[in-house]
Amino acid sequence: MAEITDLRSAVAELVRDGSQIALEGFTHLIPTAAAQEIIRQRRKDLHLVRMTPDIIYDQMIGMGCAGKLTFSWGGNPGVGSLYRFREAIQSGVPNPLSIEEHSHADMAARYQAGAAGLPFAILRGYVGSDLPRYNRNIRFMDCPFTGETLAITPALNPDVTIIHAQKADRRGNVLIEGIIGIQKEAALAARRVIVTVEEIVDELHAPMNACVLPGWVLTCVCEVPGGAHPSYTHGYYERDNAFCKRWDGISRDMTVFTEWMSRNVLGTASFAEFQARLAAERVGA
Amino acid sequence: MEQSYSPAEMMTVAAARGLGNGTVCFVGIGIPSAAANLARLTHAPDVVLIYESGTIGAKPTVLPLSIGDGELADTADTVVSVPEIFRYWLQGGRVDVGFLGAAQVDKYGRLNTTMIGGSYEQPKLRLPGAGGAPEIATSAKEVWIVLHHSKRALVERLAFVTSSGFVDKSSSTHARGRGPTTLVTDLCVMRSDPETNELVLTTLHPGVTVEQVQQETGWSLRIAENLSVNAEPTQEELHTLRDLYERTRRAHGDDDSGAEKG
Repeated sequence: MAEITDLRSAVAELVRDGSQIALEGFTHLIPTAAAQEIIRQRRKDLHLVRMTPDIIYDQMIGMGCAGKLTFSWGGNPGVGSLYRFREAIQSGVPNPLSIEEHSHADMAARYQAGAAGLPFAILRGYVGSDLPRYNRNIRFMDCPFTGETLAITPALNPDVTIIHAQKADRRGNVLIEGIIGIQKEAALAARRVIVTVEEIVDELHAPMNACVLPGWVLTCVCEVPGGAHPSYTHGYYERDNAFCKRWDGISRDMTVFTEWMSRNVLGTASFAEFQARLAAERVGA
Repeated sequence: MEQSYSPAEMMTVAAARGLGNGTVCFVGIGIPSAAANLARLTHAPDVVLIYESGTIGAKPTVLPLSIGDGELADTADTVVSVPEIFRYWLQGGRVDVGFLGAAQVDKYGRLNTTMIGGSYEQPKLRLPGAGGAPEIATSAKEVWIVLHHSKRALVERLAFVTSSGFVDKSSSTHARGRGPTTLVTDLCVMRSDPETNELVLTTLHPGVTVEQVQQETGWSLRIAENLSVNAEPTQEELHTLRDLYERTRRAHGDDDSGAEKG
């Protein structure tokens, strides 16, 4: 049964140096607050997994939390590059980062295999692509029934998956609405699951076929209003496009980035305090 | 009355015109998304737009900044999960046209969105990576590519082949579709020769010469015998496209239309 707790305790208890951590949310419901808490607790040498490393992984990589990155598309959607991600791969700054690169369809299939308790994923993928030459986890096998060659890759079973959602009830049942991405598969594939939610309510009122993760498959549920910002939470707040564009200027230069992160993330005790600081900056600007 | 237009507008219009009504289109962000929505708002009201975030039948009133904008979910016929969109809808063979942009393309329509210069392990310029492209190229019935025409983009040899869709007939590894069939740039349209898969210059945009296209292309061009010239954008196409960008600018609260990157 999920424990309803605060984010600091959940990260302290479950996210260990060196472990494999997946933070998912496909443009929508990105668990920013949890990523920043991992940075605050100075976790190191993590194997970070995420289909779309964006601002949160740029922050974690730039702050030295990552030793390895498994991903399928790394960019700041609609804006451009992730400079900390880029510099880590191009020049090993602030530390060498090994990468394991797949496609979206493959990453989705790997989480599905993980959730289904299968050893590998299978897909019609990578035809003519160079990716299998550089990633030994992308292999091929012939279908025993038709002879067709198909791509196979190992299942993903993260030590911890972290996602953000709209709401949970007091027993820790979580409702996810809108673009649900890969969250259900990533959660069910993981050994432990942390879910941050906008609010904890008495009754979920979930429609019959809604995406609900029962509390008994989750480890910790934490109420963190605004926890996906600058991403959005459907029905609660919209994407902060202005911040996403601003990030381009912050992340471009390591010194500016480090100073910004030290002041705003390491220099605040919680995501609520971080948000208050950003809001004050906006008023002051 | 003649109205002036930019090469980028001509490119978007030319790409939009190729999408027939009812076409099921798997759309990438940027120019592909602008072109697909222009088609929907002009000659192809029933074009079905699928974005890889799981939104099927999206009818956005403003262009999304990312493939997962709430606008896409709000206007979609249905929203499914990411594994479902790739497995049942794309790999299941339900997509007519995969509509992609890229940093680099070669004469077979293969794309590079991975890296440029140096080695894979230590590239000079690291790009975002594959995203959905390798399987879109493999499983869509055909692939259309849109990008700005330059020698840096249309290259003889890709630094990295991220996606191909190119059918090697000797291999037991299948692409289900025809692979890349059409390249639309701000200078011209190229279509692939079904025998060799090579892109052939078939249509110039108004005012553009073959020499100009060759100058900006990194490989030696093959030119169709019946080379034609595209019609200029109509008033309706231009107004619809500009209104769409204007609505997008207002919605995103600035002067960046989100049309170029993603």
